[in-house]
Amino acid sequence: MSSTSSAKRAILDRIKTQPVQGPPLPDVDPNVVIKFDDPIAKFQEMLGAVGGQAHMVQTLGDVHSTLQTLEEFADAKQIVSLVPDAVQGTVSTEAASDPLAYSNLDWSIVAGEFMVAENGAIWVNGNTLPHRVLLFIAQYLAIVVPRKQIVANMHQAYERIEDFGARFGIFVSGPSKTADIEQSLVLGAHGCRKLQVFIVDDMPSA
Amino acid sequence: MKLAISRCRTLPPDKALPLLANFQMLPIVEHPTAAKEFVTNPDRSRWHDRALWFVRSKRDLQASSLPEWEYLRETASQIKTHTIANLSHYLEEFERNAIAAGAIVHWAEDAEQHNQIVLEILQKHRTKRIVKSKSMLTEECGLNHYLEDNGIDVVDTDLGERIVQLRKETPSHIVLPAIHIKKEEVGETFHEHLGTEEGASDPKYLTEAARNHLRDKFLAGQIGITGVNFAIAETGGIVVCTNEGNADLGTSIPKVHIACMGIEKLVPRQRDLGVFTRLLARSATGQPITSYTSHFIGPKDDNSELHIVLVDNGRTRLRASATFRAAMHCIRCGACMNTCPVYRRSGGHSYRATVPGPIGSVLSPTRDPDSYKSLPYACSLCGSCSDVCPVKIPLHHQLLAWRGELVGKKLLPLGKRMAMKMASHLFRHPRLFSTAGAIGRRSLRLLPRWATHNRFNKWTVARDLPKPPQESFRNWHRRHRGS
Repeated sequence: MSSTSSAKRAILDRIKTQPVQGPPLPDVDPNVVIKFDDPIAKFQEMLGAVGGQAHMVQTLGDVHSTLQTLEEFADAKQIVSLVPDAVQGTVSTEAASDPLAYSNLDWSIVAGEFMVAENGAIWVNGNTLPHRVLLFIAQYLAIVVPRKQIVANMHQAYERIEDFGARFGIFVSGPSKTADIEQSLVLGAHGCRKLQVFIVDDMPSA
Repeated sequence: MKLAISRCRTLPPDKALPLLANFQMLPIVEHPTAAKEFVTNPDRSRWHDRALWFVRSKRDLQASSLPEWEYLRETASQIKTHTIANLSHYLEEFERNAIAAGAIVHWAEDAEQHNQIVLEILQKHRTKRIVKSKSMLTEECGLNHYLEDNGIDVVDTDLGERIVQLRKETPSHIVLPAIHIKKEEVGETFHEHLGTEEGASDPKYLTEAARNHLRDKFLAGQIGITGVNFAIAETGGIVVCTNEGNADLGTSIPKVHIACMGIEKLVPRQRDLGVFTRLLARSATGQPITSYTSHFIGPKDDNSELHIVLVDNGRTRLRASATFRAAMHCIRCGACMNTCPVYRRSGGHSYRATVPGPIGSVLSPTRDPDSYKSLPYACSLCGSCSDVCPVKIPLHHQLLAWRGELVGKKLLPLGKRMAMKMASHLFRHPRLFSTAGAIGRRSLRLLPRWATHNRFNKWTVARDLPKPPQESFRNWHRRHRGS
């Protein structure tokens, strides 16, 4: 690795021998950025705009009954559920450490930590995932999140995850999508084809 | 196309912007010549123009939905200015924290070193197949070709990049790599390579075919390579933003993840991303945020590896120039391209550079002024790029400044230099100016059309000349406001 350490020295030297004055690091004024009277309504609106589907439910039990009304769930064979109080999965995550074991996964049902109203995003902490591939390899994805856990904007979101204590964390906003062919939006590029978000009234926070 | 043989001569030393010592031999690009085919195909040119204007309009909707938009731009610009000023501090902080989190950090002075580092990692793991998500840095370094020449099977997994890869082309836009290709052409390419039905052009059908084709590649990939949207000094983490989820699928299956980044991708604190994640997708495609915004801190587990390659490749030289330093703020959103009247009509390939459009026309001549000297002129100085830039790079001012630099370097063609000299002489001699004006007004009235519209006058190729006024402004002023 000697060539990269000499490259490091050369790069840092070139920067240090060229001092540049800069402004101090600014902080965002929380009073300037957007907030919403009804953040849940805004979240639902934005989730719809980015191609996801929101479901307001009372209890975790309602998640399962709602899912069963979906054709793609009724037909599903391989389901991983990380929210067992809502749905019983058919594939256990305890045995398989090889991500390829999930290559035919139909559904993943995972727990979201909180919602972001301005863009329909949900933060998923990597520590809640036995394997991070579960979020991306399943044909369909459902995220279950407590109704109370919502922030207005990304500044508040990053305040919440200042030290999220995991090797991985992700904001998911809608299903996987692409518009690379003539700007025509197609849902289901490489990750999930659809995204269902369950906003649960009566749910203990993780 | 002529080769830049003249570049073998020694160029005068220039403290502000010295040339890279290790540039490759590239053809000199004359933007007007390179754009000709695209521009003279009115169907394609207009179609391309409209497609990009559609994206620009979506961006406007998003920008106007936030009352604090200008505040965000200003804050983003300050964060970047601060970071670039203190770059060595933040680079060292980032390296320290990334190593503490379990990542392996590499440094590369140029494209060649970067490519060697990546190849060595692949060879160490006896890897023949890699899956790659979009990275403008690896495009800049020519990584794909380098790896292919060394027997590696490289699969670009971003749909647009896969399309151009199968067609043996290069991306024509940094966010929308295949924006120049029509769906019928994608259909032909997929018919040939993926066995889709002949004549198929439905984007949904074609995307589904690509999904299935690339699923197999993802499952077989031995190492995942990604770019980096943001690197965070205080955590040593990196953030990758995609809509397709390809960076995520491509790195969550293999045990090794290589992330390649230019040294300007740093931000000091994780909370600074509050600003940038709000600006990036809104500016790029008019989305409120990308579908996936993934935060990686260290490798995924103790049996995996995360390699981060920090690349200079001319960036420290750009930083040394007060005039062009702000170009390092760029977060590669592509908004300046979508709005540029020249880019929209001439297509990304006319720039013959990895990064086209206004920001590319600023960056490319920094790399090699001789090859890219015509790019700062591929601009009407309308200033729209500066208006939409989420990090407030004064793009059109920089393009104008480049013209000054190029004149100073005597890199303009003789014809243009002589014309400028003559114009300057004319403007400094009022009597000569008014005589020339009188001759001009009269001859425009009297001369036959062929005298002005001929093959020697490029200006009139697609234009008519204005009707000459009856008298000069000076005369008019004397009559109405004079004495």
